[in-house]
Amino acid sequence: MENLTVGVVVFPGSNCDRDVSWALEGCLDIRTKYLWHESSDLSDVDAIVLPGGFSYGDYLRCGAIARFSPLINALDEFVKSGKRVLGICNGFQILTESGFLPGALVANKNLNFICDDVELDIVSSKGGWFNNVDEKQTIKLPIAHGEGRYHCDSDTLKKLVDNELIALRYKNNPNGSSFDIAGITNEKGNVLGLMPHPERACDEMIGGTDGLYTLKSLILK
Amino acid sequence: MDQFAVKVFVRLRPSVLDPAGEATKSASIKLGAEGIKSLRIGKMIEVKIEGNGENEVREKIDLLCDRLFANTVIEDYDYSLEKL
Repeated sequence: MENLTVGVVVFPGSNCDRDVSWALEGCLDIRTKYLWHESSDLSDVDAIVLPGGFSYGDYLRCGAIARFSPLINALDEFVKSGKRVLGICNGFQILTESGFLPGALVANKNLNFICDDVELDIVSSKGGWFNNVDEKQTIKLPIAHGEGRYHCDSDTLKKLVDNELIALRYKNNPNGSSFDIAGITNEKGNVLGLMPHPERACDEMIGGTDGLYTLKSLILK
Repeated sequence: MDQFAVKVFVRLRPSVLDPAGEATKSASIKLGAEGIKSLRIGKMIEVKIEGNGENEVREKIDLLCDRLFANTVIEDYDYSLEKL
């Protein structure tokens, strides 16, 4: 698919990097390149995925240490240039810790690590991350997290609602997230963070293809 | 250079639900402890640090707390400082 390359960031403790790369290459024929967290040269990738896992062992707080890696420092310019960044699960936690997205992700209300398929409402078309050109749509994606309860103060929540920054909401809130939030974008729309795993829903063989569109939209022109 | 022992306490903000604290409170009651009105779990971080006087060290610790030790979206912090 053209000559665009998606960078897949690898932190010590990332464990969905290969899944993301497999889904992009194998299901969508999109070229990928692994980016080690110590690299700060993002010049040869057109979009970036921060994959799920337990970067730096989730020490201190999920995503807290990753924020100080050279790669995340370089991400600021990348995002400002309008290029697309997708943070999945631990990637979403890193995006909130580093201030690219507002709010924070804390321990699930019931303290369980939840591994399940969830129904999600696509709320906003900002950034074109979801195929919701018609009316409001629902998709099904897997979740797998212990600390996925989205939390923000009421002012931030109002801003998210008013500016249409809420991308996805759980139909049946599994973790106690504020306002059932499962994913949000930045104001420009080029950064999306979500707890569900689109890369695990890219083939009918493994239970669904509702994640394909979001991955494909990484190289949206 | 003076050396200081610093104890940083990081707590979830009162508005943030603490399910681990709730679970521990429930276990405490099962243990037979009576009268527990609230139980919340935080973190304590011990740092030994040197600098030119207390003010300089406080500046360093403030930066560490604000940017690394605590996520001020969900947590508050305070610390005690002792000259060694």
